Amino acid sequence: MLSRRLIPCLDVRDGQVVKGVQFRDHVVMGAIEDLALRYRDEGADELVFYDITASPQGRGVDVAWVERVARLLDIPFCVAGGIRGVEQARAVLHAGADKVSVNTPALDRPALVSELAAEFGVQCVVVGIDSLRDDDGEWRVRAYTGDPDRTQALPRRTLDWVQDVQALGAGEIVLNCMGADGVRSGYDIEQLQAVRAVCHVPLVASGGAGESAHFAAAFEQADVDAALAASVFHAGTVRIRDLKATLRQRGIEVRDDA
Amino acid sequence: MKVVLVDAGGANLGSVHYALGRLGIKARVSGDAAEIAAADRVILPGVGAAGPGMARLRELGLVETLRRLDKPLLGICLGMQLLYESSEEGGVDCLGLLPGRVQRMPAAPGLRVPHMGWNRLQRRTDSPLLEGIPEGAQVYFVHGYCAPVDASCLASSQHGEAFAAVVQRGRVAGAQFHPERSGPFGSRLLANFIEQGS
Repeated sequence: MLSRRLIPCLDVRDGQVVKGVQFRDHVVMGAIEDLALRYRDEGADELVFYDITASPQGRGVDVAWVERVARLLDIPFCVAGGIRGVEQARAVLHAGADKVSVNTPALDRPALVSELAAEFGVQCVVVGIDSLRDDDGEWRVRAYTGDPDRTQALPRRTLDWVQDVQALGAGEIVLNCMGADGVRSGYDIEQLQAVRAVCHVPLVASGGAGESAHFAAAFEQADVDAALAASVFHAGTVRIRDLKATLRQRGIEVRDDA
Repeated sequence: MKVVLVDAGGANLGSVHYALGRLGIKARVSGDAAEIAAADRVILPGVGAAGPGMARLRELGLVETLRRLDKPLLGICLGMQLLYESSEEGGVDCLGLLPGRVQRMPAAPGLRVPHMGWNRLQRRTDSPLLEGIPEGAQVYFVHGYCAPVDASCLASSQHGEAFAAVVQRGRVAGAQFHPERSGPFGSRLLANFIEQGS
């Protein structure tokens, strides 16, 4: 049986891992390689690296650290941030990343998703979606969320976009519920359930994890394939090994400890 | 021992190269027919789609080279799928080193395609290739197409239906999962292939 995945997310800025609250006020958490190996050893199933300033600054990912991580890691990892075309994706994948994740560039030019899928196969094309509930009650997508001053609210409904990107060739969707991000009060189960109902590819919950029970709720109530978190892992509030033990006790299939 | 990784444009080429490096194995990355034909072990990595994968092998003039190899060959992920006669992905003819056709994995409620993540191996036949890899070992998969469980299947896995996870027929072997990203069990499969061949 396929295991549910636990994915620490490492936001990368200037070659270091940082974490902010609701995408603001970033503090340095440590060196990329150190954190990558720490999470591998603790039992992470996969890692995601977000180059959070690449897209707002209009540049591609620095592939030097991607290659350093690829040499060290024996678990899969995905790279996001600033991938705007097939050649940038190729550079990141050839440096050793297993998947690439696109967010703002896919909103700017949706054909990017199908170009990546045609060239590399749908299995390594992840679409990240930053979503927030508007005053009228609809969830809509946000672009350029790496920089609060440039973040744009788009008219596109999150549920429509989830369906569009699957048709274009997304092999996985990471739904970042911005309203819950960094506040550790739990994943946005309602929104995840709504997205799950229209998402037929693997779905990754992101934003809001504060304790082990939040992960269990996302798996049990929203049937997500994976749960992503950053601050609770960085701060040591949730240890992956303990989290897996909790999930196993509740009958949720997770990867065995090494 | 000359180990060559076929440079077929597969996106996991670097990862496989590094995984061999972690085992202390120096591999050459090559798209050159003569160098591949002279190797002791040949690995065909691959992430991508079957059509571009085969097109790249044809462009490099490697189709006949791979068909005629007399040394052990290991296909990984798409590289394994290209060993079969054909693939439903793009309806392409492949290398034909293993009988059968690679097919799209059927999606069903609660069953997502691509099949992505850590899943368990069910051992079907003993083989030096599986030494040190126990029944139920979890390895990392990312794929939307798969090969059927048939006589060449050493280990299967299950996502809805059972499918071939590790295959071998004479000198030709394949892993549908990613040994380069499957922790200690993946490393063991690579080491077994290098040390023992088929």
